[in-house]
Amino acid sequence: MSLLELSDVRKHFGTVQALRGVTFSVEPGQVVGLVGDNGAGKSTLMKTITGVHVPDGGTIRFDGTELNGRHPGDIRALGIEMIYQDLALARMQDVASNIFLGREPTRRVLGTPLRVIDRGRMEREAEVMIKRLGARVPSVQYVVGRLSGGQQQSVAIARALTFNPKLVIMDEPTAALAVREVEHVLDLIRELKRARIAIILISHRLTDVFAVCDRIVALRQGVVVADDPILETSMNDVVAHIVGAA
Amino acid sequence: MTTDTAVGAGASPSRWSRLAVRSESLAVLAILMVGLSILSPYFLSVSNFLNILLATSVIGVLAYGATFVIAAAGIDLSLGSVLGLSGVVGALAINELGVPWPLGILLCLVTGAFCGLINGLLNTRAGIPAFIATLGMLGVARGLALVLTNGVPVYGLADPVVYLGQGRPLGIPTPVIIFLLVGAIAHFVLAYTRFGKYAVVIGDNEAAARAMGVRVQRHRVALYVVSGAMAGIAGLLFIARVNSGDPTAGLNYELTAITATILGGTNLFGGRATIVGTLIGALIMGVLQNGLNLLAVSSFYQQMAIGTVLVLAVWLDQINRTRRLR
Repeated sequence: MSLLELSDVRKHFGTVQALRGVTFSVEPGQVVGLVGDNGAGKSTLMKTITGVHVPDGGTIRFDGTELNGRHPGDIRALGIEMIYQDLALARMQDVASNIFLGREPTRRVLGTPLRVIDRGRMEREAEVMIKRLGARVPSVQYVVGRLSGGQQQSVAIARALTFNPKLVIMDEPTAALAVREVEHVLDLIRELKRARIAIILISHRLTDVFAVCDRIVALRQGVVVADDPILETSMNDVVAHIVGAA
Repeated sequence: MTTDTAVGAGASPSRWSRLAVRSESLAVLAILMVGLSILSPYFLSVSNFLNILLATSVIGVLAYGATFVIAAAGIDLSLGSVLGLSGVVGALAINELGVPWPLGILLCLVTGAFCGLINGLLNTRAGIPAFIATLGMLGVARGLALVLTNGVPVYGLADPVVYLGQGRPLGIPTPVIIFLLVGAIAHFVLAYTRFGKYAVVIGDNEAAARAMGVRVQRHRVALYVVSGAMAGIAGLLFIARVNSGDPTAGLNYELTAITATILGGTNLFGGRATIVGTLIGALIMGVLQNGLNLLAVSSFYQQMAIGTVLVLAVWLDQINRTRRLR
C-alpha cells in the first residue's frame, strides 16, 4: 500500500479550476519531484494535502487514513509536514516558539490542572534539533525575523523534522538560497531518504530534482501530465511536459 | 527587564513577549511623575497614588481586554459600550428582577462575554472586519443600555456590590485589588499558556498559525469573548464604584483603553503584546488624567490630550519600526 494516495483530487477557487482531478501516489521513503509551470497547481495541491485547502472532490489517503476535510493540525499529527515556500514562520516570535508552533509542550502548574508552555523543554529540544541539522542559528531565543533567509529556512526545516514525520513536503526549498546552502538542502533530502522518510519536492530547478528524486510528476493546468521514474526520463522530456509540448 | 528588541546577539529578545516592558513606556511614566511632582504639591502622596490606581482600574481592565484582541491583530471598539451595557444589566437584574447579587455580578461578566461572542462570530463567520463588527456593537450595546434603563441610571445597589467599588480592605480600594488580580491572571494567560501564545502568533502570521494547526477562527472568537468579559468586569467595577447602573457609563473609554494598550508596547498590528506593558500604559493614562485634574485643566482638554497621546504613541512605534528595519 502506498504511503500517500491521491485520487481524482479537485479544487476550484471561484471560476478558476486549480486542480482538475489529480491522481498519483507516493511510496514510503520515496523522493518525488513535483514540477510544473507557475499556476500549474503544485502549491494548491500540496496545501490541499496538508489541510490548508479543503478539496472539492476526490480522495486523499495517507497511511490508510482519509485526509479529506481534516484540520491541518490533525494532518500534521498523522505525520505529514510541509516546508512552505514563504516558510510560514511567525517572525516576531523566537526560534524555539516557531519550531514548536502548534505543538508546544506543556506542564502543570504546581500540580493544578492549569497548564503552561514548558519553555525550558522547548528550548532544549529546539537546541538539539538545530544542532542536529548543523544550522548556524545564534540562539533558539532569537527572534526569527532577525535571522538571515538561510537561517530562517533552517528553522522551518527544523520544525518539519522535529516530530518524526513520515512525509515531508518541500515547496521550492532551494529557490532563495545560495549555492552552498542548496547543497546542504539536497544532502538533507538524501539523509531523510536514508531514514525512510518520503519527500515531495516542488522545484523549478530541474538539476536539483534530477539530483535527488526517484520519480518525477509533472503537473499542467491542474492535472498530472507525466509520472515517470527518474531513470526513464530526461530533462528535455520533463521540460516538454511542463510547457505542454509533449 | 530587557530593553527593546534592538540589542546584541547575546540578549534574549524573546523575553520581551513574556514579561518585559518596553523601556520607553516606563520612561514616559517616570517623566510624567517627576514632572507632576514638581508642578503640583498634591501629586506625591500615598492617597493620591491610590486615587490614581482607583481611577485607572476600570480603564486598566478594559485595556487588558484590548490587549488580547490587539495581540491577534484585531480591534475591539465596543469596549466602552459593552462596559455600559454589562453594568446596566447587572444593576437591573439585582434591583428590578431581585436576582441575588452574586448572580448579578456573574451576569455582568456573561453580558460582556456574550457581546464579545457576537463580535467574534461576526468577524470570523460572517467575515465582517473587526473594525466594523465592533463599531456596530459600540452602537447597539450603548443603545440597548439606554433602552433597558429608559436613559435613567439605576440607583442604589446591594451592599456587597457597592463594597466591590467602594470598599477598602487594608486601606486599598477594592477595584484596585481586582484590577491587579485580573492583571495577574491575564498576564499568566497571555505570557505562559498556549492560549496566549496563539493570540500573538495569529497576529504575527495568521496563515502560518493556520498551517501549523492553530484553529485560528475559533481562537479569534475566544479572544473577543475574553475582551467582552473584561468589559463586563470593568462594567461591574464602574457600577459598584458609583453605586448605580448608568447607561452612559464608559462612553469613549475604548479610546483610552486602546491608547493604554499601545502605550504599553503592544503592537497595533499584532504579534507582540504584554499585559505588564498594558498596566504601565494604563498607569500613564491615569497619571496624566490625575495630573491634569490637579493642575485644574478642563476635562475638555483632557479628551484632546488622550487623543493626542494615542496618535503620538502609534507614531513613535512607527518610527521605531522603520529604524529597526533599516
